[in-house]
Amino acid sequence: MYAKVIITVIYLAIVGYLGYLGFRNTKDSNDYLIGGRKIHPMVMALSYGATFISTSAIIGFGGISSIFGMSLLWLTFLNIILGVFIAFVFFGKRTRKMGHQLDAHTFPEFMGKRFDSAFIQKFSAIIIFLFMPMYTAAVMIGAATFLQSSLKIDYNVALFFFAVIIALYVFFGGLKGVMYSDAFQGALMFVGMLVLLISVYTGLGGISEAHGKLTEMMKNPLVLELIKAPPGFTGWTSMPTIFSNAWWVIVSSLVMGVGIGVLAQPQLVVRFMTVKSNRELNRAVPVGGIFIFMMAGVAYIVGPLSNVYFFEKVGKLSAEAAGGTDNVIPMFLDQFMPEWFVTIFLVIVVAAGMSTISSQFHTIGTSVGWDLFGQKAKNEEQTMLITRIGMLVAIIITVFLAYFMPKVWDGAIAISTGLFFGICAAAFLPMYIGAIYCKKMPKSAAIGGMLSGFATSILWMMFVHTKESSVIKISALLFHKQTIAPEGSLLGVVDPIIISLTVSIIVTVVITLVSKDTSIEEHAGRCFKGLNA
Amino acid sequence: MLGIDDGGIVLAYFLCIGSMLLCVGYGILNWNKGLELECEEIDEEMKWEELEHEIENRL
Repeated sequence: MYAKVIITVIYLAIVGYLGYLGFRNTKDSNDYLIGGRKIHPMVMALSYGATFISTSAIIGFGGISSIFGMSLLWLTFLNIILGVFIAFVFFGKRTRKMGHQLDAHTFPEFMGKRFDSAFIQKFSAIIIFLFMPMYTAAVMIGAATFLQSSLKIDYNVALFFFAVIIALYVFFGGLKGVMYSDAFQGALMFVGMLVLLISVYTGLGGISEAHGKLTEMMKNPLVLELIKAPPGFTGWTSMPTIFSNAWWVIVSSLVMGVGIGVLAQPQLVVRFMTVKSNRELNRAVPVGGIFIFMMAGVAYIVGPLSNVYFFEKVGKLSAEAAGGTDNVIPMFLDQFMPEWFVTIFLVIVVAAGMSTISSQFHTIGTSVGWDLFGQKAKNEEQTMLITRIGMLVAIIITVFLAYFMPKVWDGAIAISTGLFFGICAAAFLPMYIGAIYCKKMPKSAAIGGMLSGFATSILWMMFVHTKESSVIKISALLFHKQTIAPEGSLLGVVDPIIISLTVSIIVTVVITLVSKDTSIEEHAGRCFKGLNA
Repeated sequence: MLGIDDGGIVLAYFLCIGSMLLCVGYGILNWNKGLELECEEIDEEMKWEELEHEIENRL
């Protein structure tokens, strides 16, 4: 216990120092919002990865993978190929260049200036302001729950302590403070997950042996009785039956929601604008790829394999033995890993949470302080003040949500993540791709796509997708049932992103093809200067 | 293969490794490329500053 407290204190001291360094090197809004556009590629890549991978990936999705198995490795593959390679090479470079030309400091500002539309900037900022706190709160809840069980402190105390520490270095240090500490946290996360993977495979007798044991479990009738996965699950080392219930949950919510949604995450896109040239992005690609491989790959291998340990020890599968999917990884580590590793891992999970939360606070804060109210400032000092006030508002709202948001379903962390990623993908992705690749896209197409994607997401969540509609309860109020999906159909488990992204793509493309509006064509031409459009 | 019977899972496993290696290979091949734009951007910034200075003088 003392070792855990000491290591936590040392970790916090280092993070505090890095936040202070960020504060010292923050002189103006350029520094506060986009790190002065001079961030080192390794810092940028680790910050991107650490922001992307939170408690959600390790605890949330790692826990979910104990139910659904290694089919989630498809998500790891998408995370690397889309979330790093395609994102950095095909989106990042153009975003960096165009963002520099537009003098954009945030994702909403980038979109607003590109399409010469204050509405786009404001509406994007409002989406971030309304929905990112829920995702942030979910990450905070996960991290605080982990702290509570590890350090045996009161949950509310853990939450408060988390909020205050992160608030300090985000408020004062701005994006530099966030990214320096992200890089440190990312490095810790990487080492920790590598050690975990080696330990788990070694403990089970090697890679093939470990997988073999997991495969063999499906031949045990006792195991089959215990399985709680939705229909269509065929084993932890096999793919679910195509178009089954389990298949839709895995493919639509977990894989597509996060796999595609990553391309339109505001807190990640802004990082492309923090480096000074494409050379930095080229150098960031390998760092990002290795990091995500280690983080996401390990979580979705260890999660399923935990079933072997739990079944051998207590005769139950992981989720049941741990009392919920969000408890699987913490309990697995507590019971099967040496004490020293559990101590270090505590810090790693805290680091994963803090790196994501700090970036989210920063993004929510800038959406309020810069995108929504920034133009009220008369000078640089006022700008910094308004942005910092925005940060404070973001933090207070998120902490409020984290205190009072009830834990309404198991796997809340993974589901909240998939939800937010889905809304962003539907509202922002077609518009964002058009912004950097389609000079002819009119303002109306961007706005149409954004509004239709957003509206469809919300409506599908309120009335069809049972995971959310059963909690939001509006469908029950109006129609006396959890979902308006026809009885017996699988529409209730089709993730909103499948429908809403399809709708927003269609709307965006149709308006682009049909519209004769050329009002921003000249402006778009200037935006594309230096890019091979 | 690797103790896994399902080709879909084995494929996912190797695609994860393959995509990571793609990122590494890309980075190595392009390690020193992309800097030429920086010089253009510095020139651009200097021109912007000159233009701003000119506007301020006129005002």
